[in-house]
Amino acid sequence: MNQAEQRVRVLVSGERPSPQKAEPRIAIRDLDFFYGPLQALKGINLDLPERQVTGMIGPSGCGKSTLLRCLNRMYDLYPGQRATGQVMMDAQNIIGPHIDVNALRGRVGMVFQKPTPFPMTVYNNIAFGVRLHERLSKSEMDERVHWSLTRAALWEEVKDRLHAPALGLSGGQQQRLCIARTIAVRPDVILLDEPTSALDPLSTLKIEELIDELKSEFTIAIVTHNMQQAARCADRVAFFYLGELVEVGESSQIFTAPKQRRTQEYITGRFG
Amino acid sequence: MFAAAAASSGVFVLALLGAIIIVLFIGSLPAFRAFGAAFLVSPTWNPVKQVFGGAVPIYGTVVSSVLALILAVPLSFGIAFYLTELAPVWIRYPIGTAIELLAAIPSIIYGMWGFFVIVPIMAQYVQPAIIGTVGDVPVLGDLFQGPPFGTGLATAAFILAVMIIPFIAATMRDVFLSVPVVYKESAYGVGCTTWEVMRSIVLPYTRVSVTGGIMLGLGRALGETMAVTFVIGNTNRISPNLFANGNTIASLVALEFPESQAGSLKLSALLALGFLLFVISFAVLAISRLLLRPQRDVK
Repeated sequence: MNQAEQRVRVLVSGERPSPQKAEPRIAIRDLDFFYGPLQALKGINLDLPERQVTGMIGPSGCGKSTLLRCLNRMYDLYPGQRATGQVMMDAQNIIGPHIDVNALRGRVGMVFQKPTPFPMTVYNNIAFGVRLHERLSKSEMDERVHWSLTRAALWEEVKDRLHAPALGLSGGQQQRLCIARTIAVRPDVILLDEPTSALDPLSTLKIEELIDELKSEFTIAIVTHNMQQAARCADRVAFFYLGELVEVGESSQIFTAPKQRRTQEYITGRFG
Repeated sequence: MFAAAAASSGVFVLALLGAIIIVLFIGSLPAFRAFGAAFLVSPTWNPVKQVFGGAVPIYGTVVSSVLALILAVPLSFGIAFYLTELAPVWIRYPIGTAIELLAAIPSIIYGMWGFFVIVPIMAQYVQPAIIGTVGDVPVLGDLFQGPPFGTGLATAAFILAVMIIPFIAATMRDVFLSVPVVYKESAYGVGCTTWEVMRSIVLPYTRVSVTGGIMLGLGRALGETMAVTFVIGNTNRISPNLFANGNTIASLVALEFPESQAGSLKLSALLALGFLLFVISFAVLAISRLLLRPQRDVK
């Protein structure tokens, strides 16, 4: 079954390929990360299975956001930050040399803690990223904007104000716009760095529903401080502590029967 | 008590501004009465016949300042862009400091430097080279004609550009740095290059302050006196030729004011020029405000 057929089947039946059989979308092997002399990640080995949501939890400063920033090489912007090891995606080590970082960021999209709409119209917020990677006609672009806003559950709310400044949207709408902007580029992987921590409960709920929708098409990694959120959204959960990956497993297993004592202590709120 | 003192300080500033305008205006009334609106467009400045017109210094002021901006803005942008996005961290501080020090050099120093260093270089190398290459091109060539004096509008504009670069570059650098990192990262996150981030994110976010910085530079260029007086040539003539000698309001006033008798028509004409400079500067600020008003749709 090729990927397109598989995608159709997924859309029709909601069935997903079992994680055991499928190749992981991203395979992280022996990843170390340094902020200058400070080591922030130690020997991480983690798979992000295709079209699943991987939740990353752990106390502040444990390295979970740092790990996300490795996956799209955001750390490249800052001198003194470096990663060693392997992050394999499509048989390519994306943290290796000779990687087109801009193209990589088109394949691995990121949504940040705070909504960050660009200072342009709603329409152009979406079209801006797409134009960086593809040359589309006006009607194709209209269609892409429509598609991504619909996928991000925002179309109904903004269809009459596509050409108004994006900064006029509410916080929750802005964050969904950022998600729409990210999926408009048609990435393979979406990284969500505490995407709801600046939002009200209702907006949070919408985003969580959205994540559930999106995993039929995208591989998702979400960093969250909210354990309930991880339990609700994630298929698999990885617990980090002091730069190490302590435990990873199905989220039901992590939250009901963690194998490691530190995981247990964290999820029961004894520290963190 | 304290509130009253603070309030009166605030009122004092307004009163001072008003008083300066009024004194300038009253002083310039005789000249405006004598020459009317023609004062603005007449290029004659003849103390012997007591005929005064402001066209030459007004033209020189506007042209030299605008030309200075044309030279200074791209360079300042380059400096700010380099310092905020491209330069290795260790070099940012020394270069940033050097730029701030440039702003601290008194304008008389720029004047002497311009006269003894830049003018000879312009006369010997730059002007002959430009006249020799584009001097024969129609229209464009009209801008670069005549004997290479070294002094003139172009040289004044060059010196002015050097003088206002620190202001514009420092303002641009500061406002570029003020853009929240998360906005830049999210632009990088969809696959932008550094230049695309600058053009599509940083510049739109900071356009108000960037324009403010440019206006700050323009304001300084319009009123600059000493450095310009040294190199502009102080000739009362209008010519499309940028290498021709000319005059600015500030340089003319500086040169002629000590030679004007109290109550004379000439003094009044000079005050009228001062008033006009005030009006021009005011217009610059007003236009910048107009440009800076929040726009509903940013494309």
